[in-house]
Amino acid sequence: MAVKEFEKPELKEFTEVPKLENEATSHLAPFKSKEEFQSTLGYPGELVDNWEDAALDKMGDLLKKYRSLRVYLDSCIQCGACTDKCHYYLGTKDPSNMPVGRQNLLRSVYRRYFTLPGKYFPKLVGAIDLTKEVLDEWYSYYHQCSQCRRCAVFCPMGIDTAEISMAAREIMDSIGVGQKYCNEIIGKVHKIGNNLGLPEPALADTLEGLEEDVVDETEIDVKYPLDQKDSDVLLVTPSADFFAEPHVDGLIGYGKVFHQAGISWTLSSHASEAANFGMFIGSYANMRKLALRIREAALDLNVKRIVFGECGHAWRVAYSFLNTLAGPFDFLDPKYPVPQHICEVTYDLIQKKVLEFDKSANDDMVITYHDSCNVARASNMGDIIGGQFSIPRDIIKATSNHFYDMEESTIKEKTFCCGGGGGLLTDDLMELRMKGALPRMEALKRVVDDYGVTHMAAICAICKSQFSKALGYYGFEMDRIISLHQLVGNALIMNKKEL
Amino acid sequence: MSLVTIIYGSLFYFATLILFIGLAYRVYEYASIPAPLKIPTPPAPKTKKGVAVRLFREVVLFESLFHSAKWTWLFGWLFHFALLLAFFRHLRYVTDPVWFWVSWEIVQAAGHYAAYMMLIGLFGLFARRVFVDRVRHISAPSDYLILVLIIGIALSGLLMKWFPTDIFALKQFFLGLIYFNWSELPSDFMLLIHLGLVLLLMIIFPYSKLLHAPGLFFSPTRNQTDTARDSRHIADWARKLES
Ligand code: SF4
Ligand code: SF4
Repeated sequence: MAVKEFEKPELKEFTEVPKLENEATSHLAPFKSKEEFQSTLGYPGELVDNWEDAALDKMGDLLKKYRSLRVYLDSCIQCGACTDKCHYYLGTKDPSNMPVGRQNLLRSVYRRYFTLPGKYFPKLVGAIDLTKEVLDEWYSYYHQCSQCRRCAVFCPMGIDTAEISMAAREIMDSIGVGQKYCNEIIGKVHKIGNNLGLPEPALADTLEGLEEDVVDETEIDVKYPLDQKDSDVLLVTPSADFFAEPHVDGLIGYGKVFHQAGISWTLSSHASEAANFGMFIGSYANMRKLALRIREAALDLNVKRIVFGECGHAWRVAYSFLNTLAGPFDFLDPKYPVPQHICEVTYDLIQKKVLEFDKSANDDMVITYHDSCNVARASNMGDIIGGQFSIPRDIIKATSNHFYDMEESTIKEKTFCCGGGGGLLTDDLMELRMKGALPRMEALKRVVDDYGVTHMAAICAICKSQFSKALGYYGFEMDRIISLHQLVGNALIMNKKEL
Repeated sequence: MSLVTIIYGSLFYFATLILFIGLAYRVYEYASIPAPLKIPTPPAPKTKKGVAVRLFREVVLFESLFHSAKWTWLFGWLFHFALLLAFFRHLRYVTDPVWFWVSWEIVQAAGHYAAYMMLIGLFGLFARRVFVDRVRHISAPSDYLILVLIIGIALSGLLMKWFPTDIFALKQFFLGLIYFNWSELPSDFMLLIHLGLVLLLMIIFPYSKLLHAPGLFFSPTRNQTDTARDSRHIADWARKLES
């Protein structure tokens, strides 16, 4: 689908906080999920009859299950400190895309039905009835949040709008209003094992083809094994890694790392997907079900370690939730954290001097690094505070000669979302995606102008896909987004003895 | 016993009950709702001690706010710090004998000048609400009214310098409330306004955004340790899914 016509934001030298434009993107909403996708996930196929009551019941239920939701709905002081922090507000100018504006869509209904002042003095405290218009607003604006948590870092109360978006999406799913993109994909994973709906034989074919390519290029017989029992490592990676550029170059890199380090590893056809869209729709049950596939695969293949490939939200679910959702993992080797990130593995091997690099292999690139939100703000690496920032950068510096960070207020815990996270990487939200990419593109432009940066590395499948579109849209060259492990694969010095 | 004394005395009992029971109930509610997943924001501490340090910095310095909105931080911090100083000064009305440090000249003087500081902070916050379009957009009537209410408290308190009351009798009134041995409240106009507004604030506290005070301590993004890989963090309702 082509990008529909809409006014293209201008790249400015510094990101400006725009004047409000009421309802600037109220027309945006993703396609709704059809009945078949809803029912696979255990949700009603269409808007249920008594949806108001059902929605309020669900809200009441979630208020008892999630402390975050309850505390955050109560504690906002409406101070406005978050109002200029969301990339979607900066890109669309719509006040409902200010984090607190987004929260207030749910909060005003919460106040009306769950608090004393809202019951008796609704006007005074900005409480409103739940109507069809309100539901439509929810659907629109809770699908204009990439759950990136930038607002949560800046809020004096730590209010995390992602928690509220997730709750809103779960409420909507429970009354039959689901989002097509996410729910269709979750259904595919439940049924086939990955987001792309790629069955085992096709996957095996793809990996074989990949092995041939690598042999052609390097004359080294690097293996990309599938379902190999008793391997040391089970690698779980986003299915985009299996063929799309620039993702696949990352997968090639992981294979080279394992090969060179002599670590036996395998992919799994049962858990051929790292992504877990259950998080995006706020569904603990679906998220857990998807996570359990990984546990099953690890048991079945009798591996010792679980390692995740480059994927932002997958790493969040893996690092922060997997142990809780699908643990305990006491059947794995206790010497290693469960799970590990491929960057942790590579970094350790670099420290131990197992991997050595010819940095000049990447001399054709001047590199910057995009911190993906879910890695930066919802996980860690290396069990050192800030390891999720330093480890990827240290790997880039170990494998290349030219690295420049973007401006401090746009990286690390303050990083700007790519604009396509949180279940929004769908063509029906292209306008939002392009506008939401604006702050990142502006920061990128500055390092391109100042340091001659040519490539941006990332460790997230969603970021990579989103940037493949956004870079072109904003006049950069499209192929300037690369996988971090592409740099590793390029520069790794491989012993050729095995051929 | 004058009617004014009876009304204010009863209201103080009522407001105190609402404030303390209301807050205790909220804290109980927050504490009993599980946080089923680890969601701390960076830089997330690995230890409980680290969490204590983080919360201390948030509560005392408003660290996150400092990084996000400097003016709001300045006015907000001035206001809250002044509130603390004013609170210390007022302890002399309810402690007998007065706690030694409360009677220190510096504590009393600071408490007095705090009123000005508080007003600067409050007017700053009010101006931000009116003049910054983004903040104006999110403001409900209650957001302005709470500011007006607290400005009223600070202003009426300050004005009592020029409309003085019998502070010995006032102290007897409060001690009488505490020890259930009531005595007359001086019925000076400015005092009654000041106390009336304080009563209102106490009553709305557990039902308003003033809940941010206990809320901050229960904010999972700020009060959790980053130890998700080390141990499971499973809520009771989630454990039921496992059987
Ligand atoms: S920064 Fe936090 S407390 Fe302030 S308005 Fe935003 S969400 Fe509310
Ligand atoms: S989580 Fe990210 S996308 Fe959502 S409101 Fe906050 S800053 Fe915006």
